[in-house]
Amino acid sequence: MAELPEEWEVAPEPGWIAPDLAEEFPGLSIASTSLESAIGRSPEALKERLRTLSDRIAGAQAIQLRQQPIPWAYRVFFRHIGLDPDTTRTPIEQLIFERMHDGRFKSRNRVDDALTLGMVEVGVALRAFDADRVQGGLGLRLSGEGEGFEGRVSPLPDGTIVVADEKRALGILFDRTAEGRGVKRGTKRVLLAAIGVRGVPDIALEEALWVAGSALRA
Amino acid sequence: MPEELLERIEVPEVPIAPQEDLVPPAPPEGLDTILYDYDEREARADLRRQIAVMEMALARLFGSAFPRKNIDFSVPGMGGPRMLSVDDLEKVRDGLAARIQEVRVHLHDYAVVEESNRELIEEMLADPASHKWERVFNEDIGEPGCKHWHVKPKWGVIGMLMSWWRVKISSGCPLAEGLRPPEPD
Repeated sequence: MAELPEEWEVAPEPGWIAPDLAEEFPGLSIASTSLESAIGRSPEALKERLRTLSDRIAGAQAIQLRQQPIPWAYRVFFRHIGLDPDTTRTPIEQLIFERMHDGRFKSRNRVDDALTLGMVEVGVALRAFDADRVQGGLGLRLSGEGEGFEGRVSPLPDGTIVVADEKRALGILFDRTAEGRGVKRGTKRVLLAAIGVRGVPDIALEEALWVAGSALRA
Repeated sequence: MPEELLERIEVPEVPIAPQEDLVPPAPPEGLDTILYDYDEREARADLRRQIAVMEMALARLFGSAFPRKNIDFSVPGMGGPRMLSVDDLEKVRDGLAARIQEVRVHLHDYAVVEESNRELIEEMLADPASHKWERVFNEDIGEPGCKHWHVKPKWGVIGMLMSWWRVKISSGCPLAEGLRPPEPD
């Protein structure tokens, strides 16, 4: 396995939460860190880590997953915000489902593979954005009346929970990313974001960012 | 289970007058009405706590139901992600409660059938000749795997003629065969 580049410590920057959301959902949080990274195929070391991870996850873990504290906390939060976690799976459950379906964690690209590692190792929901296309700090808020969303013809339903910067919505919470705000070919800096809910300790968010960030730099 | 999810949240008291044109700015002296002292946030927080408990109950049932099939664990969502009203949260809570009940009934039904199958295995072992050709699979007793108990005659046709019946226990699932598929990338 390739050695990690030295002198990198994750420095998670806590994001803002709109007051109405913070009042309703104590414990809801978002933390992010940005780093320079090459985009494209995963290096062999990262693919090897995915293979090792695949060998560690079997059917028994998948069955028991929803009883574990962090995955359960996300399932509860999904119920609280009107999502059915058996239809719209939580990020960790979606990955484990794909692992069971495909027989392994498929390598897609460097960023997706790094996110997979971070999410499966720690259980925390992670997302990635193009850091150069984010203006100001990252946060969570409710969409305004008639608010548009890049890549979507109709406006967002009023009151949708979105991941946003100080200018616009970057993604719907636990759903799609706005067009042009995600990581794509040509992205030079990646902004990793970890979304925490009640029952998920801050240290878990930091750890997930560290695992994914380390994998991106490997 | 992280206990903090189940704790009651301290919600500051906020007077709410939802329709100001219908509700006087303050209640007449000595006449308190629910419109002035009722804060829906407390109700929502309480419902969320109930949903958390029920979600864990359903998760435990999901774990104990394996490997039984055809049990529905889903509870319809409310079109999120958004902040749900008291009504919506009540629907989620009621949906979870109903689903938990249904799953328990299903599991109870399974348990009754599985118990009778276990008794059948014991009877087969005690008196194979009374259960000729009968077969019970692991699945029939709620266990994972491919093992089965099969009442067969010893030495084939001779055993049939001589009534030498016995219970043969299979050796489990067949092993995976063939080479590992090549990596696609």
